[in-house]
Amino acid sequence: MIEERFDAIVIGAGMAGNAAALTLAQRGLKVLQLERGEYSGSKNVQGAILYSEMLEKLIPDFRDDAPLERHLVEQRFWMMDDHSHVGLHYRSDDFNEERPNRYTIIRAQFDKWFSKKVQEAGALVVCETTVTELVQDAYGKVIGVRTDRPGGQVHADVVVLAEGVTGLLGARAHLRKIPQPDNVALAVKEMHFLPRETIEARFNLKGDEGTVIEAVGTISRGMTGMGFIYANKECVSLGIGCLVSDFQKSGESPYQLIERFKRHPSVAPLIEGSEVKEYSAHLIPEGGYKAIPQLFGDGWVVVGDAAQLNNAVHREGSNLAMTSGRIAAEAIFQVKSRRDPMTKENLSLYKTMLDQSFVMKDLKKYKDMPTLLHTQSQNFFLTYPQLVSKAMQNFVRVDGTPKVEKEKRTLKSFVSARSWTGLFGDAFRFARAWR
Amino acid sequence: MTTELSVRVEDKLFQNRYLVDAGRAHIKVRPHDVPTPALRSLLTACPARCYELNDKGQVEISADGCVECGTCRIIGEPTGDIEWNYPRGGYGVLFKFG
Repeated sequence: MIEERFDAIVIGAGMAGNAAALTLAQRGLKVLQLERGEYSGSKNVQGAILYSEMLEKLIPDFRDDAPLERHLVEQRFWMMDDHSHVGLHYRSDDFNEERPNRYTIIRAQFDKWFSKKVQEAGALVVCETTVTELVQDAYGKVIGVRTDRPGGQVHADVVVLAEGVTGLLGARAHLRKIPQPDNVALAVKEMHFLPRETIEARFNLKGDEGTVIEAVGTISRGMTGMGFIYANKECVSLGIGCLVSDFQKSGESPYQLIERFKRHPSVAPLIEGSEVKEYSAHLIPEGGYKAIPQLFGDGWVVVGDAAQLNNAVHREGSNLAMTSGRIAAEAIFQVKSRRDPMTKENLSLYKTMLDQSFVMKDLKKYKDMPTLLHTQSQNFFLTYPQLVSKAMQNFVRVDGTPKVEKEKRTLKSFVSARSWTGLFGDAFRFARAWR
Repeated sequence: MTTELSVRVEDKLFQNRYLVDAGRAHIKVRPHDVPTPALRSLLTACPARCYELNDKGQVEISADGCVECGTCRIIGEPTGDIEWNYPRGGYGVLFKFG
């Protein structure tokens, strides 16, 4: 396909791949980036929230021309039962700052822009090309890739695997295993289009202000999962995701789940009258620190979702992807500058640098959280939201019942549902996993 | 709330843009007489409802509406029930928004 030899081949044009390709190209390396979609972003799906700090490290003036939707001034957390929600609502005018901290984005559009920056930096970006195999030498060192183009073998000193959560190549070459069903969530999403003014009125927003809602409760039908509603300029991204293992066990259908979420009395008025223009689905790595595979080897590194780098507790993924892509590229550049070969030993620098960054520090902090939430899904996603909703209703409904009796009733409902041991146990386990 | 909603996933998929690689399905189901539990679970877990039972009770796939999420791969590849690949470069679902 291409006769030349490259310093680096980057597989995939998502957040991690673009960050890696950009950083390598900016430092003068000869980079080939391969993407199977028609254009960069055409296969990518995310909620999506963009954290500016991590992008600023790559493109400091990104605000000048990046396709951003709304900067977030508000965050809502909802605990839902079938008819109600109890919410925590944080809004601050501090977020109306000159250089906002978080934005909603539309990934296909954002990735196209990001890819243009990669090309401007000098990388060769080839789309509509599926990489079918890694090429390894007799000693197992990765020396290039094979693609579905005629005569499609290309060589490079190092291959950056930014192939996403379902990445085939690393697994096929036995560099890592494919994720287990309880280490990935399946999320489905719809794009609901509404006039700008309607969105601003319904979400209480002015100008380019934005808001996000994250929701747990009976909407996931006892499965470990979460719903989300993000306000964009002229559309609302709405979706819900649950562990694949839970879908397997429960027999629930993802499209039934999103439909139920949409029809919930707290959600329906927000999207009423909208025109749906896309239905998408994607897996999210949820295994956390303990699910991170081997990150480097002879002639290769793995970054982003393919490396399970996602902070499920804080809903951070694309920023970890961008950061790991950038750090991998910086490590590769350092090895290259010393004129050292791209061996496993030399590329371990990537892991050392990643360990020192917030990426690994954050994931390590929450290393016990996935196990806790995944094994206690009935309690955390069904029982507690119902109990809290009932307690709230009991608290606000005035019906002549003395307050002492009301409080007794609420307490009794918690104890009979979970028992004292259960309640303290859950609180203790949660606190320990959070610590 | 156990009532089944009347949702047609076809109506959802209709919104999407696809470039179908005719005659080259990127996912194949291993021939079988009786589907394994893993294979059966794909009937409900696939968000595009690509998997259906035929009149002999076997699981069949029609991958035209596939959104390439990889759920069936996670479930069915380790058990050997399916063979999973990406579509050829440029083919498959094309997200406008993503």
